Amino acid sequence: MLLYILRRVISAISVVIVTVVASFVLFFLAPTDPAGVICGPRCTPERLHDITESLNLDQPPIEQIGLYFKGIVVGRDYTSGGVTRHCSAPCLGYSYVLGVPVTDLLAKAVPVTLSIVLGGSIIYLGFGVLIGTIAARVRGTTLDRFAVGSSLVIGSVPYFVVALIIALYATFLPKSQYVSFFTNPVQWASGLLAAWLCLGLTNSASYTRYSRASMIEALGQDYTRTARSKGISERRVVYRHGLRAAMTPVITIFGVDVAYQLVNTIFTERIFQLPGLGLRLLNAFNQYDLPVLMGGVIVGATVLVVMNLVVDILYTVLDPRVRLG
Amino acid sequence: MSDNDPTTSVPQGGNMTDQTVRAPQTIERTKRVRSEGEEAYLEVTDLHVQFPTADGKVQAVQGLSYSLPLRRTLAIVGESGSGKSVSSMAILGLHDRKSTWISGSIKVGGKEVVGMSEKELMSYRGADAAMIFQDPQSSLHPFFTIGDQIMESYRAHHRVSRRAAKARAIDMLGRVGIPNPKRRVEQYPHEFSGGMRQRAMIAMALVNDPKLLIADEPTTALDVTVQAQILDLIADLQRDFGSAVVFITHDLGVVAEIADDILVMYAGNAVEHGPVDKILGTPLHPYTWGLLESIPAVSGTPGPLHPIPGSPPSLLAMPSGCAFHPRCEFRDRVGGDLCRTLKPELIPRTADLGRTSRCHLKEPDKVFETEVLPRLP
Repeated sequence: MLLYILRRVISAISVVIVTVVASFVLFFLAPTDPAGVICGPRCTPERLHDITESLNLDQPPIEQIGLYFKGIVVGRDYTSGGVTRHCSAPCLGYSYVLGVPVTDLLAKAVPVTLSIVLGGSIIYLGFGVLIGTIAARVRGTTLDRFAVGSSLVIGSVPYFVVALIIALYATFLPKSQYVSFFTNPVQWASGLLAAWLCLGLTNSASYTRYSRASMIEALGQDYTRTARSKGISERRVVYRHGLRAAMTPVITIFGVDVAYQLVNTIFTERIFQLPGLGLRLLNAFNQYDLPVLMGGVIVGATVLVVMNLVVDILYTVLDPRVRLG
Repeated sequence: MSDNDPTTSVPQGGNMTDQTVRAPQTIERTKRVRSEGEEAYLEVTDLHVQFPTADGKVQAVQGLSYSLPLRRTLAIVGESGSGKSVSSMAILGLHDRKSTWISGSIKVGGKEVVGMSEKELMSYRGADAAMIFQDPQSSLHPFFTIGDQIMESYRAHHRVSRRAAKARAIDMLGRVGIPNPKRRVEQYPHEFSGGMRQRAMIAMALVNDPKLLIADEPTTALDVTVQAQILDLIADLQRDFGSAVVFITHDLGVVAEIADDILVMYAGNAVEHGPVDKILGTPLHPYTWGLLESIPAVSGTPGPLHPIPGSPPSLLAMPSGCAFHPRCEFRDRVGGDLCRTLKPELIPRTADLGRTSRCHLKEPDKVFETEVLPRLP
């Protein structure tokens, strides 16, 4: 098991490295001149030269990538206009636009997004599984059709429309804001409530359908019939025997889904004015702020790989037949 | 894990001695005369099970009646879709109430099962009657340990601590011949071989000492070598527990080995019912003849197989008259087109009143001996 985790961590790191190199090639070697962008429309040749040199853009690509990795691992120095700034590890460079280290920017944005996704995903997982399980139990009845129908409707409405509706009409909710959990947990929760509801509501639709399908399958299995034949209560049959088996595929989807949510909360952050990763990346994209985009790519890739690993390990806990080795 | 796991295919020391002692007893058991005075533990009367569907009512069981005293084994034999499993699941009340329509009466130890409330069913299932299913691989929950599943059964009917329930589970695993039960109780079903899993299923079914055991093709999914061991085990345990056993199978070889009585079912109806030696010796129904003929010969020169022509009727649209008449080669021997127009009653057809069959044919015992017997493999 430990060996397996070690192997997976090594492979995870290599995946992240490959992603970084690939995005580096795409961003930095594209036929746009980052120095020109930073310099702006009223640019002098001297200033352009200075910027190019300070960003090492005149170096061969291999060297640039090497420097970038060196920055991540041990930190690096930037010299611009005779002034040298040290950027300590993990250094992802400086934002072209804001002039501050990318690491600091991300360190501020990631907790916001993490908070949104954490709360939202708990709501949609819990709500979706609950409704899905109930629908599976009363399969074929009006209640079931209502649950499936409304989940289809919610699922087909674009997510940002739901977000807008909540932002515009659910004014009774506390004002949307981000306060660090460690500063004030109550304000943290109340400030994020609107965003959580939005994320939770829209995504619960698909979880309702997953869990319903999975639950119906589990309840049709021979072991469910065995459980009934033992003389245990129907509640125990459904929630102990059925749910336990039905949750395994749902948890798998959930793990990877949470990772995607982390880089997908742009609309939520935009509409609820929360300074998260999505918003940060959107701004960086508009302003051609490559170091910030690169940082975002690294965070996204890492989260995805880590969540996959977590799901795999969780699987061994959920299903005793799966043994990692 | 394969069934050739040494722990399964090598008979246990205890079993060996059992077998040598048991052989004469088996004969004694089958020869025992069925006395009408014995009190029935299981009594099924005019049982109908129907499943309403969009295409109409599926009439899975149509007026089944039989009774079974303690310490006897009834084999229910028939093709797939003959209603043998459906009728047995009804004994445990396992059909979904919303999608099943059941009428008639099933009395187990004096309790009426048809129409029991969910709460009554809970205390009845597992305690008075228990069931062993066909495929132990899919019938055991893959995520819980064997011990956990047996303990759950026990604690559903006994207010005992986990520790006491576990001791009982270990004891039961030992009784069904699982070696090293203390270690095995902690294991998951996938760590058991097929035969061991079925033993564990049997342990689970018997943990509450039920007086009625229903075995739904318990050996079908198993290796042939393991099949015999499981049959022996069920026979052994039946003797120890003194229970009534309903054994569902389509394998007449198994029937001869284990049963006291046979009930042959066809298309939701009982077509022949009586003591095993009589029915296998002189069957009276053309469908039973067909079943016997379709068994491949094991010894002698291998000849072609003789399957029953045609296929079982749709339970949505039953043939008129006798349900078997479209496939019956003797239907023209009966005068007046009776087979096509009148459903025969399940009544004694010969001087022997202890057995019944559902066929219009005159003197079926003579027809069997002169025409069918010579053809049998």
